[in-house]
Amino acid sequence: MSYNKPLPVPDPESAPYWEGAREGRLMIQRCASNGKYQFPPATFCQGQGLEKPEWVEVSGKGKVWSWIVVRHPVPKDIYASEVPYAVALITLDEGVRVTGNIIGIDVDDITADMPVKVAYRKVTDEITLPVYEPA
Amino acid sequence: MWALKDKYAIAGIGYTDFTRNSGRTVRSLASEACIKACADAGVDIKDIDGIISFNFNDSAPAMGVATEMGIPQANYAVDFQSGGNAANLITLTATAAIEAGLAKNVLCYRAMNGRSGFRLGGGRDMNAYGVTQYTAPYGWITYPQAMAMWCRRYLNKYGPQADYFAEIAMTFRENAVLNERAMQRTPMSYDDYMNSRPIVDPFRMLDICLESDGACAVLITGADRAKDLKHKPVYIMGGAYGGGPNQGDDLFDTIRYPDQAHNALAYLKDDLWKSAGIGPGDVDVAQIYDCFTYSVLMALEGLGFAKEGEGGGFIMDGRIKRDGALPLNTAGGLLSEAYIHGFNHVIEAVEQLRGHAGARQIKDAEICLTTAGAMTTASAMILRN
Repeated sequence: MSYNKPLPVPDPESAPYWEGAREGRLMIQRCASNGKYQFPPATFCQGQGLEKPEWVEVSGKGKVWSWIVVRHPVPKDIYASEVPYAVALITLDEGVRVTGNIIGIDVDDITADMPVKVAYRKVTDEITLPVYEPA
Repeated sequence: MWALKDKYAIAGIGYTDFTRNSGRTVRSLASEACIKACADAGVDIKDIDGIISFNFNDSAPAMGVATEMGIPQANYAVDFQSGGNAANLITLTATAAIEAGLAKNVLCYRAMNGRSGFRLGGGRDMNAYGVTQYTAPYGWITYPQAMAMWCRRYLNKYGPQADYFAEIAMTFRENAVLNERAMQRTPMSYDDYMNSRPIVDPFRMLDICLESDGACAVLITGADRAKDLKHKPVYIMGGAYGGGPNQGDDLFDTIRYPDQAHNALAYLKDDLWKSAGIGPGDVDVAQIYDCFTYSVLMALEGLGFAKEGEGGGFIMDGRIKRDGALPLNTAGGLLSEAYIHGFNHVIEAVEQLRGHAGARQIKDAEICLTTAGAMTTASAMILRN
């Protein structure tokens, strides 16, 4: 059966992120002049004029900043078999916030600041989603 | 900072029925509310020369409404693409347009088939473009799911709040029971709240606002002109719009927002009170953008009624009930009256300040706060009679 959930549409800014995920590497942008990481990816370093960020592979380790547990599926036909599932904002050790599902733990056991590490969920030949599991 | 204190007024209000299925075009809803606002003010439609609205690609453009109404010369017909955060921005923009000479009498409206047409509560876009590529593929799609992420951060910081959320939901429902316009008029008990279906933790069904078809409109004009019209003017005393850093690529995008434990209102606070020359203690009644129960706490804390993390304690002991020190959402709010994207709060503010709120009238209401938006951008107004 073909994959029936929303799929990312990579663009010129995000392509390296999705290519990295496909290869099992978490790629994040960093601004060389101030060392700051940024996500979502952009063409320019935030607040640094026209300076362009570089792509670096990060540790994939971080902590849960906030999360939700979806109980009521929307749209129903797509997510009815998935609930309950968790989506989180993760603060990576590099200080940048990223998104992903939390897997490998009962959704009721997720806690604030819980250490997590990146894992990968291949959903199509082109797209692999970075997700997070307890570290 | 908005600097037109008391120079402009709301002279007319109009609204349609609030329903789950209007069976009508959004444009006709908008026109009905606007025509009624003109009649309410006693202003001839031919004298309207400005019309402003906001939409999410779910409404009728201002020029279409001007056309249906037969406005002969709509000099300032403008649509903002925005969420509920713009509900007070468009009224403030009307004052700016009049001050600049772009128009004299400006209608502001929000119209939507929010239940029977385009529902903000859910989408089905299988191609996740832009910032959505980092959210939707994880099943993070709807506005309740977006706001739940904010709410959880708040709970992480300040602890469980369910009893406070229950108090907010029950209080607004009590108000709705007295409001013939309200869509939900069945009394709600603590158990009703607690037993309502979990939708997306930490939200239950009764934490989440309604979905509605309907329209609301107000007519803004200069204070001098408003004095000669049908009703006692409701003056725009203060206002603010905006937010802080990292407002994001769209309303859903909160990835870079500094801390979801407070929302944009915290950034507007100083300008809002300064523009009106008053403080929180001077407010008699407030209409707070309650897309979720939780949003009320963020507004009260953000605007300085309570300290951060103490909004829950603030709303207890009857303080926000009709006979309390700060009655909130006297028509029932977005949670129990209707969800006209926050614009129904402006209608209720005017009715309270005119003394026309019937069974739900707050005694001696002279100053009313309205807020709009609960995420990275917001707007607010202070109205007086």
